[in-house]
Amino acid sequence: MSSLEAIPLELIDEGRRMASICNACRYCEGYCAVFPALERRLSFAEGDLAYLANLCHNCGSCYYACQYAPPHEFQLNFPKMLAQIRAETYKKYAWPSALARAFERNGLVVSLITAASLALFLLVLTLAIDRSVLFAAHPDREGSFYAVIPHAVMAYAFGAIFLFAIFALFIGSTRFWRDTEEEARDFLKPGPFGGAVADALQLKYLGGGGEGCTYPGEKPSNLRSWFHHFTFYGFMLCFAATCVAAVYHYAFGWEAPYPFWSVPVLLGTIGGMGLLIGPAGLLWLKAIRDPALSDATQTGMDVGFIGLLLLVSVTGLMLLASRETAAMGVLLAAHLGAVMALFITLPYGKFVHAVYRFAALVRYHLERKRALPEIGAE
Amino acid sequence: MYDVLVLGGGNAALCAAITARRAGRSVLLLECAPKHFRGGNSRHTRNLRCMHDGPADVLTGVYREEEYWHDLLQVTGGETNEQLARITIRHTATCRDWMLGNGVRFQPSLGGTLHLSRTNAFFLGGGKALLNAYYRAAEALGVEITYDTAVTNLNIKDGRFTSAIAVRDGVEHEIRAKTVVAAAGGFESNVAWLKEAWGPAADNFLVRGTPYNMGRVLRILLDNGAKSIGDPAQGHCVAIDARSPKFDGGICTRVDCVSLGVVVNENALRFYDEGEDFWPKRYAIWGRLLAEQPNQIGFAIIDAKAMGKFIPPMFPAVKAGSIRELAVALKLDAAALEATLARFNAAVRPGNFDHSVLDDCRTEALSPPKTHWARAIDTPPFFAYPLRPGITFTYLGVAVNERAQMILQDDRPAHNIFAAGEIMAGNVLGKGYIAGIGMAIGTTFGRIAGEEAARHVVA
Repeated sequence: MSSLEAIPLELIDEGRRMASICNACRYCEGYCAVFPALERRLSFAEGDLAYLANLCHNCGSCYYACQYAPPHEFQLNFPKMLAQIRAETYKKYAWPSALARAFERNGLVVSLITAASLALFLLVLTLAIDRSVLFAAHPDREGSFYAVIPHAVMAYAFGAIFLFAIFALFIGSTRFWRDTEEEARDFLKPGPFGGAVADALQLKYLGGGGEGCTYPGEKPSNLRSWFHHFTFYGFMLCFAATCVAAVYHYAFGWEAPYPFWSVPVLLGTIGGMGLLIGPAGLLWLKAIRDPALSDATQTGMDVGFIGLLLLVSVTGLMLLASRETAAMGVLLAAHLGAVMALFITLPYGKFVHAVYRFAALVRYHLERKRALPEIGAE
Repeated sequence: MYDVLVLGGGNAALCAAITARRAGRSVLLLECAPKHFRGGNSRHTRNLRCMHDGPADVLTGVYREEEYWHDLLQVTGGETNEQLARITIRHTATCRDWMLGNGVRFQPSLGGTLHLSRTNAFFLGGGKALLNAYYRAAEALGVEITYDTAVTNLNIKDGRFTSAIAVRDGVEHEIRAKTVVAAAGGFESNVAWLKEAWGPAADNFLVRGTPYNMGRVLRILLDNGAKSIGDPAQGHCVAIDARSPKFDGGICTRVDCVSLGVVVNENALRFYDEGEDFWPKRYAIWGRLLAEQPNQIGFAIIDAKAMGKFIPPMFPAVKAGSIRELAVALKLDAAALEATLARFNAAVRPGNFDHSVLDDCRTEALSPPKTHWARAIDTPPFFAYPLRPGITFTYLGVAVNERAQMILQDDRPAHNIFAAGEIMAGNVLGKGYIAGIGMAIGTTFGRIAGEEAARHVVA
C-alpha cells in the first residue's frame, strides 16, 4: 500500500458493497472491461476499486440494465460510485501531492488559470510591444507572428510547461500502477500495451457491448463515442501540427505562419475542427445526461476541461481566419493564453483520465493472460 | 375500445403487445408496478433456453429438439403437455431473430455458467435490459402503456371477455377491448395465498422475485371459469441467503457452497445429502428442504479449504476461529454443532477431491450421507451462510391450448381470452426447473397470444 492519502473509507466500503453484489450477479459481463475484471476478484482492496474505477467510462449501460438500481433497496448505482472513486484517485495520485487540492474545486481552478493565462499574454503583449506592431494588419508572410511574440518566448515557455506536465502525469501514472501491485516493467510488455493502445484508439469499451452506450439516456447511442473520437483525434492532429511546425522551424528554418495548404496548417485546421465539434458535442450530451448517473461534484472539472479545449480550438481557428488582419495580435495572444492554460492544467484536470484509463487498460490486458480463480459452477 | 388489452408488463406481455401491434391492432398494456419496477420476474431473468441444430450466435454445439424435450420431461417427471412443450421448444429455435429485431442483444454465457453455454442464450445486461429494449420497441410501435395500474376485475361471461376494471391513482376505470391477453404472472408475492398452500411456514419464505406478482389476474380468471393447471403447492424454490430482503433480492442472493460443506438446521443437525449431485442440478431442491426444517432456516458451513471456490455471494460469511465460536455467532447449540461436525468428520473416507466431477470423497455409516465432495471440516477459519427458502415462481396457472387460448372448466377454449407467461407456464412446466425455460415459455406463448388475439379481432 502506498503512503499516499487514501480514498475515504466510507467510499471504499460502499464500493465493496456494490462490487460484491455485481460479483454475485454478473449480468453485465458483456458490456465492458469492468465486469470481467471484477469477476477475477473475490474481494476488493482500495487498489482494486481504483483500477475498476479507471476502467469505467460511465457509459451507464450497467445502470439501466441493473435490477438493483435505485429505487431498489440495494441502491446500486455502480457507475456513479465508480465515478466518485475515480475522482478520488485523481487526487490521490496527483504530483506534487500538494496540488491534489486543485481537484477539489477543479472547475474554478481551471477557469482561474485560464483567465490568468489569457490576461498574462494580453498584458505582456500590450506592455512589451509597440502598439503599432500589435494592431498592425500583418500580411500573411513568414515571421509575422514573431513580430508580435518572439519565437524564443513561445518555445521556451511552452516547452518547459509541457515537459513539466508530462513529468507530473508520468509520476501520477506510476503511483496508480504501484497501487495495482503490478510489476513496473510489465507496463511496457508489448502484448498488453499494444492491446491497450488498440482499445484506446477505438474506444472499444465505449460501445456498450456493441450497440453504443446509454449516453445521454437509456437508449443505446454511439454519439458520445463519435464526439470523443472527434475530440481525441482533433487533439492529436493539432499536436501533430505543432510537431511538424517545430521541425519546419528548427530543421529547415521556415518561420510561421505557414501557407494555408502547408502541412502544419492543414493538420491544425482539420484538428481544430475536430476539437470544435467533439467538445461541443460532449458538452451538449453532458447537459442532457440523465442526472441519476452524474456525480454533480465533477461537473466543474468536466466542463472546465471541455470548455478549455473549445477555447483553444475557437481561438485557433479565429486566428487562422484573421491572421492577415489587425485582430491577429490579440487573437494570437488569446490562443496562446488558452494553450498555455491547457498545458498547465493537463495534470490537474480531467485530462488525467486519459493517463489512468490507459494504464488500467494495460493492466486489464495483463490480467487477461492469467488464470481465473477456480470456482465451482453456480 | 382497444383491439387487444394486455394485462401484465413482463416478457410474455411485451411479446404479445409487440406482436399484436405489429399486426396493426391497437394495444393497451397495463402494468401494475411503477415504471422503475416494471417487468415482473422478467427483470431478474438472464437467459433463454434455445433449441439449435448447430452453433448459433452465442450458443455453442447443438441442442436438438429431442434432447431439450428429454431434459424437460426429466425435470417435470412427466407433468408437461407434450404438444405445448414441443411448440415452445421449436419456437426457441427461431425466436432469437425476432428478439434481435426488437432490440434484445445476447452475450456468451457468464463467468460461472459455462455449463449453460450450449443450451442457453444470455441476454446482454440480463432481463431488465431485455425489458428496456421491448418497452422501447413497444412505445415506438405505438403500444399504449400505463404503469401503476392494477386490474381488480374482469367482466367475463361464458368465456367471453368484454372489459377490465383497473385502478390507477385510486381511480377506477373500465377498459373495454375486443380481446384480452392475461400475462400477469403467478402469485408468489402473495404471502397469504402462499400460506394456503404451504401453511404458516410460508411466513418465513423470502420472495426472490418481484413484489408485484400478487396473482390478482390469476385469481380472477380461476374465479371466472378458467380451468386450472399445476399444483398450487408447487413453486420454484431455492436456498438463498437468509439475510436477503423479503422481496426482489434476485440472483445475487444465491449461495453456492452447499456441495462444498455441510448444511445444518437450527438444531445443528444435518438433514440431507449435500453432495448428491452437481450444484446446478440440485439447488432447486434445497428451497423445499429448508421449508421442511424447523423455522425454515439452515446454515451452510464450510472451512478455509472451500472458501473462494464458489461464486462469491453478496453477503459476507459469518466467520469464526472454531466451530464453537461459529455456533455462538449463529446462535446454535455449540455442543450440538460440535457433535454434528465431529460425527461428519469421522465418517469422511479418504478420496481424491475434485469438485468438477462426481468424485469419490464420501462419508461412510452416516445418516444422511454425503456422497460426493465430502472433506473433513477441520481447517479454520470456519465460515457459515444462513439459508432460507427463496421462492422464485409458482406453478399454478390457467390451462391453454396451442393457440394460447385460455381453456374453460368444461374444456372449451375461451372466446377471446389468451394467456401467456408464468400464468400458464404450468402447462409446460408442471414441476421442477431447468434454466431458461420460463423465458422460453413466455416468449413463445406471448407471441402466439399476440398473433391469435390480432387474428381474432379481424375474425
